[in-house]
Amino acid sequence: MASFLEKKKTAAQIVANARGEEKVSAQELLAGVFDDFLELHGDRLSADDAAIIGGVAHFEGKPVTVILTNKGKSAQERLRTHFGCPEPAGYRKSLRLIKQAEKFKRPVVTFINTAGAYPGQSAEENGQGEAIARNLLEISSVKVPVIAVIYGEGGSGGALALACGDSVWMFENSMYSVLSPEGFAAILWKDSSRADEAAEVMQLTPEKLLQQKVIDGIIPESRSHKRLFRAVKKVLQQELEKYQKLSASALVEKRQQRFQRF
Amino acid sequence: MQLFNELKTLGHKHIKADKKANERVPSGIWLACPKCHQSFYHKDLGLYQVCPNCEYGFRITARERLAWLVDKFDEEDAELKTSDPLKFPNYAQKLDKARQNTGLNDSVLTGTAQIAEQTFALGIMDPDFIMGSMGTVTGEKITRLFKRATRKNLPVVIFTASGGARMQEGIFSLMQMAKISQAVQEHSQAGLLYITVLTDPTTGGVTASFAMQGDLILAEPRALVGFAGKRVIEQTTHQKVPNELQDAETVLDHGFIDAIIPRKEMKEKLAWLLKLHNEGNGVNG
Ligand SMILES: [Zn+2]
Repeated sequence: MASFLEKKKTAAQIVANARGEEKVSAQELLAGVFDDFLELHGDRLSADDAAIIGGVAHFEGKPVTVILTNKGKSAQERLRTHFGCPEPAGYRKSLRLIKQAEKFKRPVVTFINTAGAYPGQSAEENGQGEAIARNLLEISSVKVPVIAVIYGEGGSGGALALACGDSVWMFENSMYSVLSPEGFAAILWKDSSRADEAAEVMQLTPEKLLQQKVIDGIIPESRSHKRLFRAVKKVLQQELEKYQKLSASALVEKRQQRFQRF
Repeated sequence: MQLFNELKTLGHKHIKADKKANERVPSGIWLACPKCHQSFYHKDLGLYQVCPNCEYGFRITARERLAWLVDKFDEEDAELKTSDPLKFPNYAQKLDKARQNTGLNDSVLTGTAQIAEQTFALGIMDPDFIMGSMGTVTGEKITRLFKRATRKNLPVVIFTASGGARMQEGIFSLMQMAKISQAVQEHSQAGLLYITVLTDPTTGGVTASFAMQGDLILAEPRALVGFAGKRVIEQTTHQKVPNELQDAETVLDHGFIDAIIPRKEMKEKLAWLLKLHNEGNGVNG
């Protein structure tokens, strides 16, 4: 993976890196960034979606709730997670855990790497739209900090459902957009092979998004996981401190301002 | 022959070892795990009474569980006795026997406990007390447990094990579900933690009330967790029910259990969770 300091990458290169095989996994992030972790399963309604991992952990000695989208490593796991595309049950689980975090006054950290919410028959039947909508609605007034990190793909509503909190950071090699470049090219130009061109036009790179104030900062990605985790920890520490200082009402008001300006 | 009684009441399959083994170990009996059907010498189950092959936790009395679970325990409401509201025939004798078998006044043991310096309100249901069925005293003890915990700002942990409602107490048994739920809600609204641990079997009115109301719902491996009994489902639907339908693992896959914790890790995991919820984060008050 190219380092932050090397010469400027094209949007298409960033898209390729965001999706690349070298990308750090959800499991590696969990082990590298947190002191410990207990996974909590299930949406209490119908299923447990493997595409979203959630649970409680300590970060630098303090309790947090952690939620990550999970692409899976093995072929079997990738099928089970639809390559990291959550089902409605995944979003219902994440919301359940966020409300739980609110009850116990611990902050929430989310890590996002998804091409988007799973587009499938079962997902439609189980209310994919409703599940994402409820996350947006409820998280808008949650009384604890919700810090998001997009570490690969940030695909559309399926990513926003976990990135509608107080502060959003992106890995250097990650993207965040309303649609995949392939989908964008297909819809606008009726030609999905023009995805690279689409990637430029869409302004989906961390740098562009930071300029637009869609995100709050960029985390340099290094080949060394150790260095990467150190960078992630530094950002989380700083952001948690910043948002935990606020009163609950100031926190919610600031979060609303964050999105009202668009 | 305490162990034989237990086997009979719980319906575990057992087979005698061959005669020679019996001679060497006079109390030598073999147990078949009701889940994986492997046979073991009873001592192989060890302190935790767990199947060495599949980690299924055999049914144990509340006092047996208490012995390895906590560092300290002060029992409460041990004197409450049911009024036998329906004057149900032979119920008094049944109660006497259950009390003798379990050393409890009714199907749940309650009190204030400590693990690794974490203080909490603890309830442990006893599958040996008329199948862990929920009578009026069960309901009253659990309700008082929650009210005390709310007053003292303590988390609650309950190990559930129940065949469901206590038939001999009829509608009064049913009312316990609503009564307990009110106390759970009051405790929850005070911002306090409630952990349920589902053990074999957790069914009926207990599943449909406080077992499923925890902030965290844990379970023991392969514990039976369900609402209706398998036979009732089959007789109603005239369809065969898959064996694993009500296994804790299946119930987790369907979204209703947070985590399955083997018995030998239970104390340590509970201590970790209680501490995590006790540390606070000093945030956004
Ligand atoms: Zn077994």
